[in-house]
Amino acid sequence: MDLVGVTQITVPRTRGDVVLSAGVRPLGGGSWLFSEQQPEVTGLVDLMALGWEPVVETPDTLTIAATCLIRELTEIPLRPEWPAQELVRLCADSLLMSFKIWNMATVGGNVCTALPAGAMTSLLAGLDAVAVIWDAEGGERRAAVAEFVTGVRTTAMGPEEFLRSIEIPVKSLEARVAFRRIALSNLGRSGTLVIGRQDADGAVVVTVTASTPAPVQLRFDGVPTAAELAHALDGIDVWYDDPHGAPDWREAVSRLYAEQIRVELSAGGAA
Amino acid sequence: MRFEVNGEELETTAEPGQVLRTLLREHEHYEVKKGCDAGDCGACSVLVDEQPVHSCIYPAHRLEGKSVTTVAGLGTPEAPHPLQQAFVDGAGLQCGFCTAGMVVTASTFTEDDLDDLPRKLKGNICRCTGYRAIRDAIQGVTNVETAAAGDAAGRSVKAPAGMRVVTGREQYTLDFTTPTKLLHLAVLKSPHASARILSLDTSRAEAMEGVHVVFTHRDSPATLFSTGRHEDRNDDPDDTLVMDPVIRFRGQRVAAVVADTVRIAELALREIDVEYEVLDAVFDPHEARLPGAHLVHGEKGPESRISEPGRNVVAQLHGWHGDVDTALAEAHAVVEGTWQTQRVSHAALETHATRGWIDDDGRLVLRTSTQVPFLIRDEIAHIFGLPQDRVRVFAARVGGGFGGKQELLTEDLVTMAVLRTGRTVQYEYTRDDEFTIATVRHPMTVKVTAAADSDGLLTALAVDQLMDTGAYGNHGIGVMFHSVGESMAVYRAPNKRVDAESVYTNNPPSGAFRGYGLGQVIFAVESAMDELARKLDIDPFEFRRRNVIVSGGHLTVVDPLDAEDLLFGSYGLDQCIDLVENALNSPPPADSGSLTGETPVPVGDEWAIGTGVSVAMIATAPPRGHFADTTVELNADGTYSIGVGTAEFGNGTTTVHTQLTATVLETTPDRIVVRQSDTDVARYDTGAYGSAGVVVAGKALHAAATKLKAAILERVPGTLTADGVLVGDRLVTPAELLAGGPLVADGSHNGTPRSVAFNVHAFRVAVDTTTGEVRILRSIQAADAGTVLNPEQLRGQIEGGTAQAIGTALYEEVLLDGAGTVTTPAFRSYRVPRFADIPVTEVHFASTHDDTGVLGAKSMSEAPYNPVAPALANAIRDAIGVRPFELPMSRDRIWRLLHG
Repeated sequence: MDLVGVTQITVPRTRGDVVLSAGVRPLGGGSWLFSEQQPEVTGLVDLMALGWEPVVETPDTLTIAATCLIRELTEIPLRPEWPAQELVRLCADSLLMSFKIWNMATVGGNVCTALPAGAMTSLLAGLDAVAVIWDAEGGERRAAVAEFVTGVRTTAMGPEEFLRSIEIPVKSLEARVAFRRIALSNLGRSGTLVIGRQDADGAVVVTVTASTPAPVQLRFDGVPTAAELAHALDGIDVWYDDPHGAPDWREAVSRLYAEQIRVELSAGGAA
Repeated sequence: MRFEVNGEELETTAEPGQVLRTLLREHEHYEVKKGCDAGDCGACSVLVDEQPVHSCIYPAHRLEGKSVTTVAGLGTPEAPHPLQQAFVDGAGLQCGFCTAGMVVTASTFTEDDLDDLPRKLKGNICRCTGYRAIRDAIQGVTNVETAAAGDAAGRSVKAPAGMRVVTGREQYTLDFTTPTKLLHLAVLKSPHASARILSLDTSRAEAMEGVHVVFTHRDSPATLFSTGRHEDRNDDPDDTLVMDPVIRFRGQRVAAVVADTVRIAELALREIDVEYEVLDAVFDPHEARLPGAHLVHGEKGPESRISEPGRNVVAQLHGWHGDVDTALAEAHAVVEGTWQTQRVSHAALETHATRGWIDDDGRLVLRTSTQVPFLIRDEIAHIFGLPQDRVRVFAARVGGGFGGKQELLTEDLVTMAVLRTGRTVQYEYTRDDEFTIATVRHPMTVKVTAAADSDGLLTALAVDQLMDTGAYGNHGIGVMFHSVGESMAVYRAPNKRVDAESVYTNNPPSGAFRGYGLGQVIFAVESAMDELARKLDIDPFEFRRRNVIVSGGHLTVVDPLDAEDLLFGSYGLDQCIDLVENALNSPPPADSGSLTGETPVPVGDEWAIGTGVSVAMIATAPPRGHFADTTVELNADGTYSIGVGTAEFGNGTTTVHTQLTATVLETTPDRIVVRQSDTDVARYDTGAYGSAGVVVAGKALHAAATKLKAAILERVPGTLTADGVLVGDRLVTPAELLAGGPLVADGSHNGTPRSVAFNVHAFRVAVDTTTGEVRILRSIQAADAGTVLNPEQLRGQIEGGTAQAIGTALYEEVLLDGAGTVTTPAFRSYRVPRFADIPVTEVHFASTHDDTGVLGAKSMSEAPYNPVAPALANAIRDAIGVRPFELPMSRDRIWRLLHG
């Protein structure tokens, strides 16, 4: 929809042109920003104009630009040595929005919107990816994606900061993974999304999203016992409540799926 | 900024924060629709550089050098894109408002995508069809046929506007350019659910450049009216003002700005200062009736026709026959329970909207998204003190209704603005408005007590119904009476009792919704009957056979001497029960289960399988008068022009009207020129509600056509053919026929007497007992619609009604926060079923001929919705052993039934 309060759209040529404030917000694909009235927003800085390379591979990381389209992420050719890459498509399909939105929406935008059901947050938290945050002074800092999203519609970024990229550790992509999700309708917005990952060193992390206000990660040295897993889940004190599922149901299906994932990971032996 | 649209270069500028959708429509690309303006529904889909996107969230400033293709660029009526032809041939549209986006999206599909339609179409909402016909269209299945002259009735002929719709040429309410500059109206909505406006300062807003006028309650006519519209305006309570200093629900109008653009109008709203006195409020309909509750319309007098303003009761019915209490005491089995239904949004893809202006004769003209143009005209004239002949109201094609547009919601403010400014003014609801200030289906609490003897015969049926009509009464009287009508009368019980009350609260107003109250009570009654059959250990089909009304019986609610004009013009309930039972007990046909061609029966201990059935009865037209005055005229080119008041909003009435006329006049439907839904082209039509389009207006047209045929043959005796009158072997052409003067006839129908139609639905479901997921394995409906005038369209109505009801049964709920604020104001939080959510419904027709209907046909547009939720509830009950009492039967609720 037209954002009637916006009086200025900045198309930056360099990083220095990106000047943000509480009322001037970074614009990624726009699929969320333009989907609701934004009464506090008076200006937008279009990060897409900076032409960041969508995907850059280094020896240790697969680095995804904040402006990488979700479609571009799904188009990275599958590699047999990266079993966890299957999560990309599973999470993209977990978005409420259709493939048409993949043509506009960005990976960074989904994370920065910080909705509990943000499936890119689920993906990147589940892979222990790291957010690279730029500030107004030319500085840069890093935060785990699971920590970057701090709550419903809140992130660890200040008003003058913006997300540059997300670094996925290659070793996470090499891990074995298991995935479960459910919504109140067949392809609807996730009520819970649980990802289990076992790295080469045997360590297991279970990442719970959509059913909690912010990502929750449960870490184990190896595949936990059912009791260990259940005990760890007991530590989750807030289950999210919104029109996409009641909290008691969300807790129950999260526990159900976490246990199924545990069994699935134990069945496969060491990675 | 320069970019291409459909191959033509466009040079323009965009406002900061503007999106592609509005920019395209500014440049008269009206084929690009607004369904949600939020990226959820897909109606605005276009291609940008060959990639499909939702233009409502595409930032316009990125368009430089881009190439945009809309549905109109894909093909023309003369040279349609193959998919456009396929949507016509597959009958893949009803109202057609989603069609442009469907066609654009599907135009990008590869062969592989055809197996992946649930996922590929999850960003495209259709509210009308139930998606089966869309699947067929995309997969190239032809469902329509052509008819020979005089042989259209009973054939699956295509909708007359189909090709225009699929190529983006058909105009909906706002799809046209006004010769003079258009002004826009925006409304300041109350942040409080119950308050009094103490003061208003509009001076800053009025001083803004581009603002023409700001309205407040000080400008409002003093005439109380009802937004709900009926043939007799006295049927509805006069409790509403155009603008009222007392706020009764959150979102109620506080001020309205008329400005050069929507943007200016919206910004001006932010400059209006309002001082409120917050008042007590009541949000729970049970509490609303208690002493001491805040009185929502306590100051209203008898002239408002509110039953008990001092008790927040707008309408009530308390009646009985026989002796229910004694019957209960003596019964072999008794079932008692209380069922609860939720708020449901119509979710028609076209939002409410009106554009108004003054025509060359100085008359007020309103072009509006309505089901009832004549009733709108009459009430606008009443509110503003205008003679009826100084007001013209018409509807172009309307993008879905479902009862939501039997309501005067935008026309009054536009009238006020046009009368004040003399200019052309438009007011268009947002999707948020649809969820928060348009009406919703009445939530009802329904207590049912049912008893039977040891033979399994009903001895008593009692219903105690409480409905939340919200802050204004509108349909709260009619819905209440109807809700306990056919739902009670369909069962033969010697002792019956009804208590029903319709109650004001400070919640958003409820209103007319497909089924008009019946569905809520049928959900409760049919659930209770299922439970009673279980208790008696009688098969649910057999239980219904023993207890439903039979042909010739009196249609008793609580008064067996009631002299209503309802009779059995035909009876097919027995056939419907047999058809559904036989289908359920037979192997599934090839096209059943999911829309994608497979019927996966899940395996595993967690899955429980069950079946359930429900019946439903509905009158074929509204009570208390429904009138249609129509004309048919011969044109010199051999076509016929019909003038009929009925609006087309996906109901398919227009198709049937052409079929009826063509059949009588020995011609083909493509030679019928339809002029409709305009107070200037027909003498009168009560409107398209209560499923009256075929049985009332259609019957009137049939009479007119029959009269015209007689007139033609009186002028030149012979044999009427599509090309003229054959006299011996000489053809007298239409032009020759007209040499003796115009040939025109009129025909009317008064909507009485009325008959009854029946629907029976059964489901087989699998329920995941660990998550609450309900998977529909089979969906079967049999309908008694009398003579089937257009099988494919009728199938489409039944599938669409079923799909909408599956949404009600499993997914949809307008949620409030308990203090009057809607927390589900968008399609992303309000779950209208998508392609992935809807199964194939196997449709069967009873074979009956109705004595009251046109060519033996009955209505069938609201009816298919009504048996669905209880049939699903009964199937879920059968599967899991626990009775659901509350809609929607969402996964979290089903899970809680088992584990909570």
